[in-house]
Amino acid sequence: MKTKFEDIMVKSEKEWESMQCGEKPVILVGTATCGRSAGSLETLEALRSEADKSGIDCTIIEVGCIGLCYAEPLVTIAKPGNPAVCYGGIDAEKAKELVEKYIIGNDPVPEYALGTIGQGKIADIEKIQDTSVFKPQIRRVLKKCGSIDPANVEHYIANGGYSGLKRALEMTSEEIIDNIKISGLRGRGGAGFPTWRKWQFCHDAEGDQKYLICNADEGDPGAFMNRSLLEGDPHALLEGMVIAGRAIGADTGYIYCRAEYPLALERLDLAIKQAKDLGFLGDNIMETGFTFHIKVKEGAGAFVCGEETALIASIEGERGMPRPRPPFPAVSGLWGKPTIINNVETLASVALVMQQGAQWFSQVGSEASKGTKTFALVGKVKRTGLVEVPMGITLREMIYDIGGGILNDREFKAVQTGGPSGGCIPAEKLDTPVDYDSLNAAGTIMGSGGMVVMDADNCMVDVARYFLEFTQKESCGECVPCRLGTKQMLDILNDITQGRGKPDDIDLLEEIGYAVKRTSLCGLGQTAPNPVLSTLRYFRNEYEAHINKKECPSLVCRDLISYKIDTDKCTGCRLCFKACPADAIIGEKKEPHIVDQEKCIKCGMCFEKCPPKFNAVVCIPGQLKDGE
Amino acid sequence: MEKRLETVFSEFKGSKEELIPLLQKVQEEFGYLPKEAMYKIGRFAGIPESKVYAVATFYAQFRFSPMGKNLIMVCRGTACHVRGAPRILDELETQLGIKEGGTTPDLEYSLETVACIGACGLAPCIMVNKKVEAKLTPKKVAELFGKGGKNEN
Repeated sequence: MKTKFEDIMVKSEKEWESMQCGEKPVILVGTATCGRSAGSLETLEALRSEADKSGIDCTIIEVGCIGLCYAEPLVTIAKPGNPAVCYGGIDAEKAKELVEKYIIGNDPVPEYALGTIGQGKIADIEKIQDTSVFKPQIRRVLKKCGSIDPANVEHYIANGGYSGLKRALEMTSEEIIDNIKISGLRGRGGAGFPTWRKWQFCHDAEGDQKYLICNADEGDPGAFMNRSLLEGDPHALLEGMVIAGRAIGADTGYIYCRAEYPLALERLDLAIKQAKDLGFLGDNIMETGFTFHIKVKEGAGAFVCGEETALIASIEGERGMPRPRPPFPAVSGLWGKPTIINNVETLASVALVMQQGAQWFSQVGSEASKGTKTFALVGKVKRTGLVEVPMGITLREMIYDIGGGILNDREFKAVQTGGPSGGCIPAEKLDTPVDYDSLNAAGTIMGSGGMVVMDADNCMVDVARYFLEFTQKESCGECVPCRLGTKQMLDILNDITQGRGKPDDIDLLEEIGYAVKRTSLCGLGQTAPNPVLSTLRYFRNEYEAHINKKECPSLVCRDLISYKIDTDKCTGCRLCFKACPADAIIGEKKEPHIVDQEKCIKCGMCFEKCPPKFNAVVCIPGQLKDGE
Repeated sequence: MEKRLETVFSEFKGSKEELIPLLQKVQEEFGYLPKEAMYKIGRFAGIPESKVYAVATFYAQFRFSPMGKNLIMVCRGTACHVRGAPRILDELETQLGIKEGGTTPDLEYSLETVACIGACGLAPCIMVNKKVEAKLTPKKVAELFGKGGKNEN
């Protein structure tokens, strides 16, 4: 095994070195899904044609995402002898400019630069590691995303890839599990169960056939950590899977990935082929006699398949409905055989533990939550993106340092973690450390890593309603508490947001919520009431305003707001009159107009059309009657 | 249809666990799951037709009527929601004159919603066929799909 692995290492390092230390400039373009959405393929095309036209010899590589979604499309240029410069917001025009000024010329164009990467300095450009976005971050799982070509396995190997597998192949199953135990790794899919313990159950279970499943279905709306990892560094998952397979004694692994991620699926297929060709996957891996195969299964769109037993049913070709536990999948799972289900980030972390050692892994993090965690920091923050932080960092640091604060400097209202299973945390809890146990105590969960920031313009009752609508739709219908309970809760929330709320609705919501939590069959139902219960805990006043005053203080719920024209400011320009689809604006030309509240459908067109210099249309909480 | 189904089936062994991938491939071929195909799938995989329906109707991905040439999926993820996805959907419904789940009479567009596209950092967004349109506003939607817009048919 040794010689074969070393041959591959040497070849890969040569390939990497020739790119890193060659004579040619190297241009990296982020073309993961987020980059493409922002137009990075046009940027790539422009760079290629411009380089061709000017006859410059340079290497252009497509890479994954370094997580700066707000600054897409991203381009990184490394000229020989200089640190690489990362540029943000590079459209086709700016790409041409960069080729002209920096590739051909010698002006690094600091005004487009986000920072430099690597050794050395360039005048007027900060080191990216010193910028407020990156300073609090420790990038381990995501380290290679955006710096290597995900379609080139040699890049992965030259950066330490598959050395963890090599170590694992030299160990017994027990030794691997022991290493994971020392590392303190807990499942990154949400609940935070210690990974080694789960593995131990499966390892100890009787049976000659065992399975490993990677849950890459990433069903939480508002989360894309797994997508980025699969698109930017697919081999990390494969390596982790082979190691896990060896530890639990499985010879087959499944990746259950959602069909909405076409690029991730494409990258996975290619990576599996490459790993097989090199002997890291398939029969007789690295000539050690260990065999492990990986199959990709496309999810067909059912949130409940994030639940282990439902996911298993789906792979078996059934409706994705959960079954009672025990027996746990580790004892009786896929086709009734012992099965382990791990999340993408967990398995990528396993590869890191084996590459760098358990001690190294546990150096960062808090007492009970070791290592780092990736988050999709989205919503109303200035700098949205994919971040990786040491466990124990506070929410405030994440939102204000990394995220740069609230969009348009509005007031922070809440941050939501854990997707539809999690809760909302208010401003007074911003100093909560981000780890499994502290977040639980604050009424939410770590979840898989979605972190959605909300400001004063977001109505918390509407947010709770949004999540309930989602879980109610996704409830598989098997158990009564979840099927009927979520429906009842949604009906009540619809009433409240549409002006039909009754004073005892709040108590009723709590009563049903706790009942659904206690009595549902699977995790979906057991956590579905969390968004409602946590907003009731911290934002009860908003519920009360909706119910008692029939007002939506955040001006979101259409039935509980009104549009009004300030007759002192209105000049009768008639823009709103023409725009109104309901003929609800009354008034003569050049005379102040008024809104007919009976006819108004609250579409907000008048508000949008009124020129800023007049600002005569206002939106206010509450239901105005005619003549008010 | 017979011929096309046979080509799809030739990639499979015909076992029970292949049902979902089979449905996915058939839908890829026809754009939806035709009634006749459901029976044939059952025969091929040794599963009663009722069971084929049971599984197909469970998952959001499968549809049972033809869809438009262009599929617009509006992301209803949390990040998109808090950044105004409901207004994007409203505007699309107005511009195309169809409701969520509908198809224009000329079979040009189908409008659907999806739990999350995973481009949350660029919310709100929609997916037109396989391309993501990001950072949308109702105005941008009108430009894209309204009269004289770049996607006007």
